[in-house]
Amino acid sequence: MRTVAVIGPPNSGKTTLFNRLTGLRQKVANFPGVTVEQHTGEVALADGRVLRLIDLPGVYSLLPRSEDEQIAHDVLTGKRADTPKPDAILLVLDSTNLGRHLMLAAPILALGVPTLVILNMADDLRNRGGKLDLAALAAQLGAPVALVSARQDEGIEQIFDFLTGAMPMPEPKELPVLQDVPKCRQWAGRVSARAAYRAPIPPKWTRRLDSVFLHPIAGPLIFMVVVVAVFQTIFWIADPSKEAVDWLFGVTGNWVASVVPAGMWRSLLIDGIWKGVGSVVVFLPQVLCLFLFIGILEDSGYLARAAVIADRTMARAGLQGKSFIPLLSAYACAVPAIMSTRTIENKRDRMATILIAPFMTCSARLPVYSLIIAAFIPNRHFIGSFVSARTAAMLGLYLLGFVAAVATARVLKSSVLKSGRTAFLLEMPAYRWPTWQSIGLRLLDRSKVFLRRAGTVILLVTVVLWVMATLVPYHHGHPPAIEDSLAGTIGHTIEPVIKPLGFNWKIGIGLITSLAARETIIGTLGTIYAVDPQSHQMDLENAVRHDLTPGGAVALLVFFAFAMQCISTIAIVRRETGSWKWPALQFTYMSVLAYVGALVAYHLIR
Amino acid sequence: MLQLSGNSTLAEEPAASGPAPCLVPMVDLRRGEAGVLHSIDLPAADARRLMELGFLPGTRVTAGLSAPGGDPRVFQVDGSEVALRRETARRLSVRPETAGKRAPRGRM
Repeated sequence: MRTVAVIGPPNSGKTTLFNRLTGLRQKVANFPGVTVEQHTGEVALADGRVLRLIDLPGVYSLLPRSEDEQIAHDVLTGKRADTPKPDAILLVLDSTNLGRHLMLAAPILALGVPTLVILNMADDLRNRGGKLDLAALAAQLGAPVALVSARQDEGIEQIFDFLTGAMPMPEPKELPVLQDVPKCRQWAGRVSARAAYRAPIPPKWTRRLDSVFLHPIAGPLIFMVVVVAVFQTIFWIADPSKEAVDWLFGVTGNWVASVVPAGMWRSLLIDGIWKGVGSVVVFLPQVLCLFLFIGILEDSGYLARAAVIADRTMARAGLQGKSFIPLLSAYACAVPAIMSTRTIENKRDRMATILIAPFMTCSARLPVYSLIIAAFIPNRHFIGSFVSARTAAMLGLYLLGFVAAVATARVLKSSVLKSGRTAFLLEMPAYRWPTWQSIGLRLLDRSKVFLRRAGTVILLVTVVLWVMATLVPYHHGHPPAIEDSLAGTIGHTIEPVIKPLGFNWKIGIGLITSLAARETIIGTLGTIYAVDPQSHQMDLENAVRHDLTPGGAVALLVFFAFAMQCISTIAIVRRETGSWKWPALQFTYMSVLAYVGALVAYHLIR
Repeated sequence: MLQLSGNSTLAEEPAASGPAPCLVPMVDLRRGEAGVLHSIDLPAADARRLMELGFLPGTRVTAGLSAPGGDPRVFQVDGSEVALRRETARRLSVRPETAGKRAPRGRM
C-alpha cells in the first residue's frame, strides 16, 4: 500500500483535512518509544486503490528539536523503521497567513518527494478579502498548489486528483536550502509577493470576541462561568450515566448468569470480568462529556484564551496556563486529564501536571467520602442553614487534595522538574465554529483509546483480585469463610502495618481492592460485613461506625485524599510517560504521603 | 547548525544612531502601540521559536489585549497573534513607532 504523509504548521487545519479525507477509517496509536500520537487512516481512490495517510504532528520547521519535529523529520526522510518512507506529501498551509506558513514549504519541497501544497481556509481568505495567483505560486514553488477549505468541504477533489496522478505537475524548481529563520521568511515573502498574494484583513469577529473574552472584568468572569459549567455538567451526568451503565451491565450480567451454569466460571465471568469491565465503562460517559467540552473549547479557539487568563494563577504553582484544563478535568477523573496533558509542549511542565493530577478530588473518591462523612459527621448546620457540617467536611477534603497538588507542583518544579525559563508562547487562533465531524471523530477516537488502554489492565487486575478473594488456601471441610481466602489471609498479614492508622484487617482488604479503583472499597466492605455474623444485621453506615473510631475515620478520609489507588491512572501514566519509573515514583510518593497523613490524623484525633 | 541573527548580530549594531527613538523592551508597549522589533535576548531555542512565530528583527509588532493584570499579553505580529509572558516580552526590544504617535500619556 502506498503511503502519504500529511504535514503542516500548528493551526493550519491539518487535522480537519485529515479527518475529511479519511473519515472513520482511522487508527490512533503512539509512535513506539515516544508519546507523540500517530494517526493513520485510509483513503479509497476512485480507481479502486487504497492509500495510507499518516497525520504528522504540527511543526513550524523540520529541524529536529522537539519530539514532534524529530518524528516529522524522521518519518519524512524514511528514518523510522516502523513507518515506510512516504511516497507523497500533502503540505497543509493556512492561506490567510501565507507569508509565514510558506516557510515550511522550502524544507519540505527540498525532500524531493512529490508534494501537493494545500492552501487551507479558502473561505476565510475570501471572506476577509485576501487573494493570490495560484498558477504563479505553483510556478514559484515548482509544485502543484490547491486552494481548499477542509471545514467547508471545498476544493477537496483537487487533492484526489493529485493522489490519482490526474493533476498536471508544474516544472520542478531548485529551491534554496535555508536553515536560518530570517532568510527563510524573506524567501517566503518574495515567493508570496510574486504570487500576487494579498493578505486578508484581520478577522473582525475574532477581535470583537477577544475584546469580550480578554476584557479585564468580563474575561475572568466568563472564564469562571465556563469552568464551573464544565465541572457541574460532568458532575451532573456522573450519576445517571453510572446508573445507566450499571443497569446495562446488570441486565447483560443476568443474561450471562442464566446461560452459564452456577459455579466457579460463572463467578469469574460475573464477579470478576463483568463487574471489572463495568467499573471502567462507568467512567466512559464522563470521559466523553469532558472531551466534548474540550473539543468545543479547543476547536472554537477559546481554550487558547482560557490558557492566557489562567496562566498567572498557574505560574504561582510553577506551572503554566496550559496545565489548567488537565487539572480541571482531573476533578472528574485523572485518566482523561492525564491524556489531555498532550497539549502541553514543555515536557517538564507536562510531567509535573501528570504527577499532580491524581491529587485533584476525582469522582471515584466521592462514594468513599460520602459514606464516611454520613457515618461520622452529624448533619448539623451553621451560618444560618447555608452550610452543613457535612458539606464543609466535603469541601475541606476537596481543598486538601488541591493544596497537596499545588504543594507537590511547587516541590517538583523547584527540583527535579525545574525547567530553565522556557518562554510561554501561545498562538491565538482565529475563532471558528467547531464542526460536528471533527468533534464526533475525536470522541470516537477517545472512546477507543480509553476502552482499549484501561480496559486491558482493569480486566487483568479484576481477574487476579477475584482469584485472590475466592481462592482458599486451606480447606477445613466447611464452606470457605472470607477470612480463609487469600484476600482474608493477606488482610490479616497486613494488619500490623495499618493498625497504627486505626484500621483493622477488613479495612485493610478494602484498601487492597481499592488499589484497582477507589470506590471498590465500598463494595468490598459491603461483602465483608455481610459475611461477618457480627455485622450481618447492620447497614453499611452502622457497620463502618462500629468498626472505626472517629480518628480512624478521619485517617481513612485523609488516606483516600492522598493515595493513588487507581490502576487506570497508573496505566495511563505509564503510557503517557513511556516508562514505569514515573508511575512507580508517583505511587510511592502518594502512598507515603497518605500513610503519614493518616497516621498524623489518627494520632491527633483518636 | 542554526544561525541566529536575532540576538547576536543585530543587537550589537550601534543603537540610536541619529534622531530615531531609542529602544524599549517590548513589554513597555501599551495596548494598541506598535514598534519595530530590534532584537531578541533569549536562549537560542526560545529565540528561534519566537522567530518561527513571526518575531523577526525588522517586523512590526503591535501590543494587543492581555490577561487581567497585563500578563500574559497578546502581540500582533506577521499576520498572527501570539501571547507572551511579561518575562519573555521584556527580552525583546523594539523601536516604538515615531514618538509623535506614541501618545504622551502618563504611566498608570
